[in-house]
Amino acid sequence: MEEKVLIAKYGEVAMRGNNFAMFISQLVATIRKNLREEGEFYVVKEQGRLVIESRGGEMDYDRLIPKVEPIFGLVGLCPGVKTIDQSIETLCQVSLHHMQELFPTEKISFKVVAKRANKKYPLTSQEVATEVGGYLLERMPNLSVDVHHPDIILRVELRNDAYVYSKVIPTFGGLPMGSSGKAISLLSGGIDSPVATWMMAKRGVAVEGVYFHSPPYTSEWAKQKVEDLAERLSCFTGEFRLHVVPFTEVQLYLLDHVPHDKLTIFLKRAMMRTAQKIAEREKALALITGDSVGQVSSQTLQGLHAINAAVGGIPVLRPLAGMDKQEIVDMARKIGTFDISIRPYEDCCTIFVAKHPETRPKTSVIERIESRLTELDALLEKALEEAECIVKG
Amino acid sequence: MIYFDNAATTQTSPAVAEKLADMLCNEFANPASVSKLGLLAEKEIRKSADCLSRGIHAKPEEIYFTSGGTEGDNWAVFGTAAGYHRRGKHLITTQTEHPAVKNPMKALEEQGYEVTWLGVDEKGYVDVEELKNAIRPDTILVSIILVNNETGIIQDVQKLGSIIKEKNSAILFHVDAVQAFGKYPIDVQKMKIDMLTMSGHKIHGPKGTGMLYMKNGLHVKPLLLGGGQQKGQRAGTENAPGAAALAMAAEACFQDMDKNAAHVLQIKKALQEGIFSSIEDVRVNGDSLEKASPYVLNMTFAGVRSEVLLHALEQEDIYVSAGSACDSKKKTGSAELTAMGYSFEEIEGTIRFSFSRYNTVEEAELCVEKLKKIVPFLRKYNR
Repeated sequence: MEEKVLIAKYGEVAMRGNNFAMFISQLVATIRKNLREEGEFYVVKEQGRLVIESRGGEMDYDRLIPKVEPIFGLVGLCPGVKTIDQSIETLCQVSLHHMQELFPTEKISFKVVAKRANKKYPLTSQEVATEVGGYLLERMPNLSVDVHHPDIILRVELRNDAYVYSKVIPTFGGLPMGSSGKAISLLSGGIDSPVATWMMAKRGVAVEGVYFHSPPYTSEWAKQKVEDLAERLSCFTGEFRLHVVPFTEVQLYLLDHVPHDKLTIFLKRAMMRTAQKIAEREKALALITGDSVGQVSSQTLQGLHAINAAVGGIPVLRPLAGMDKQEIVDMARKIGTFDISIRPYEDCCTIFVAKHPETRPKTSVIERIESRLTELDALLEKALEEAECIVKG
Repeated sequence: MIYFDNAATTQTSPAVAEKLADMLCNEFANPASVSKLGLLAEKEIRKSADCLSRGIHAKPEEIYFTSGGTEGDNWAVFGTAAGYHRRGKHLITTQTEHPAVKNPMKALEEQGYEVTWLGVDEKGYVDVEELKNAIRPDTILVSIILVNNETGIIQDVQKLGSIIKEKNSAILFHVDAVQAFGKYPIDVQKMKIDMLTMSGHKIHGPKGTGMLYMKNGLHVKPLLLGGGQQKGQRAGTENAPGAAALAMAAEACFQDMDKNAAHVLQIKKALQEGIFSSIEDVRVNGDSLEKASPYVLNMTFAGVRSEVLLHALEQEDIYVSAGSACDSKKKTGSAELTAMGYSFEEIEGTIRFSFSRYNTVEEAELCVEKLKKIVPFLRKYNR
């Protein structure tokens, strides 16, 4: 009996000895989660790969692959066929069906590569390849053999069950969530911050987001946009927690008490301090921002210095620091956050944006002014208390 | 909740919803079916057409059921162009139409038709002389909105209709009555209207229902071709439950038209006067309480941003519409107010309150109380 499956190969994970089992079960859980609405699937563990089988036997690859593709820790996806009966006759037939379906008439060159984990199998890998190759050549006149530069490589793998596939779709790689500790990412709803979040999550950082909500200056739609970004990010990581901090009072207080041209710096400092508090509470070890040096006035090195000084020893990861806007946009498109980010409910108010913002703030000056903001700490504390946590994924 | 956004859409009246659900579940037959069940559904449609036509002094066979305002407007514009292009390729409309008329007109311009866009005065009224001068021998359609959706001003359609027909009786006159139907008396004969668009969900009917009145004997082409329903003019399985619900909603409006108008006028008056007496630097856009539609109040609060004010009211569970997009980069103010001569800066801070028979004077008073606190607060922080 042959059955269509999707083989998911994992990469770097396999090398991380101790937590291997945990990461594998996490990958399995994320695959299951991402496929939740597509039907009922089994995820079977094989060496170096996870095999996704449909309970009903139906595999709609066009729908399934985009759902599994984003998951960090996977390096490639192979639509293929599984057979429990490993006799050479069956392997030949299964291979024929697979090839006929994918390449019914098209003239292509191919070679067969066989691998057997089951060393008791009566034929060697080479013999299996030769048998299958010969069987296909006899029956499909559109095929020719090319062992050096074939158009496609048909792989026959004998493991607990046998698998036949010919296509490997490369995926993002990366490490599964949590394999590198936890960090708090400042999500604005713009284009940059989801990309920065994605980049760190790719390295296995368990990211939680923080969003500063300022009604009536920002709308429910703007908040929903950030929630949708969190939902999208959860496709890569499995789960995504978003902390929504009410920030109107802090913003209005700063608007009233600091020079308007420096307002952005103070606002960002307040956000960083709040994010740091959340990091402490959630036992996270770093902050993540989408800063790209020189992109806007507060992202000059002077600006970044003045903002960064607001938080103590906690590392602030800025994976986009050296990227151009276009590179960031391209990446946002690739990971599917761009279309969400460009929905038009940005901060609907310009009162918090200076016409001529300070581009070279002096950290010492900023800190001197901030030391006079006697109510700020209490307001930040209050905002933190009123924060809500939304779990996506 | 205080819902002052009834020009956007209304709550479906419970009785109408019940009628709709009952028909969907129990009298669901296709009116085109030759069986007894089909006949029952067909009877509902006839009854609905009869009711709707009576309300505007038309004949039942002049009623065509549509999916709503956009379809009616599109049909009237495109259908006239397609049916009458041999007679002429000139159309006239105003700068304050709903996009459902404006955009089909623009599409026709791209196809080689000529459109005259009538301007309006500072209150929003069309200039009669300008209309007179715009009419030409090759004019095939004049399309004018009866009650403006943003400002609630009421065009003198009867006068405009007479002028059109006096100058060139072959011209078709389409009236977008989406905000007027069931709220303002309409007589298609006196007003010399050839086509009239209305929508169900603006009068406590279901979304996805509407009607185009089309006078007998016109050669307006259909938009939708198919199984020949509605005399071949509008193909698609007839929505008997929708038609029945629409008629029921309309009937309720016809019966209590004066009473409802008096009721919402009290609300509008309380709100408008309350705002004027307690908040400085505010302006009404459109016309006076006596002349404009009592269902709409369009006001500008200087020194605040429409969207921020909208969200601030939303925090108080009061729902309104913003008259301008808040994105200051794009500077997109309402097209209606722009046509009335206001600059973007003057449009900023514009809010549309729109009422229904379900609102109360108490709600207006409460809204004034909230605005009294919100507007000064927002102004304090505006720069």
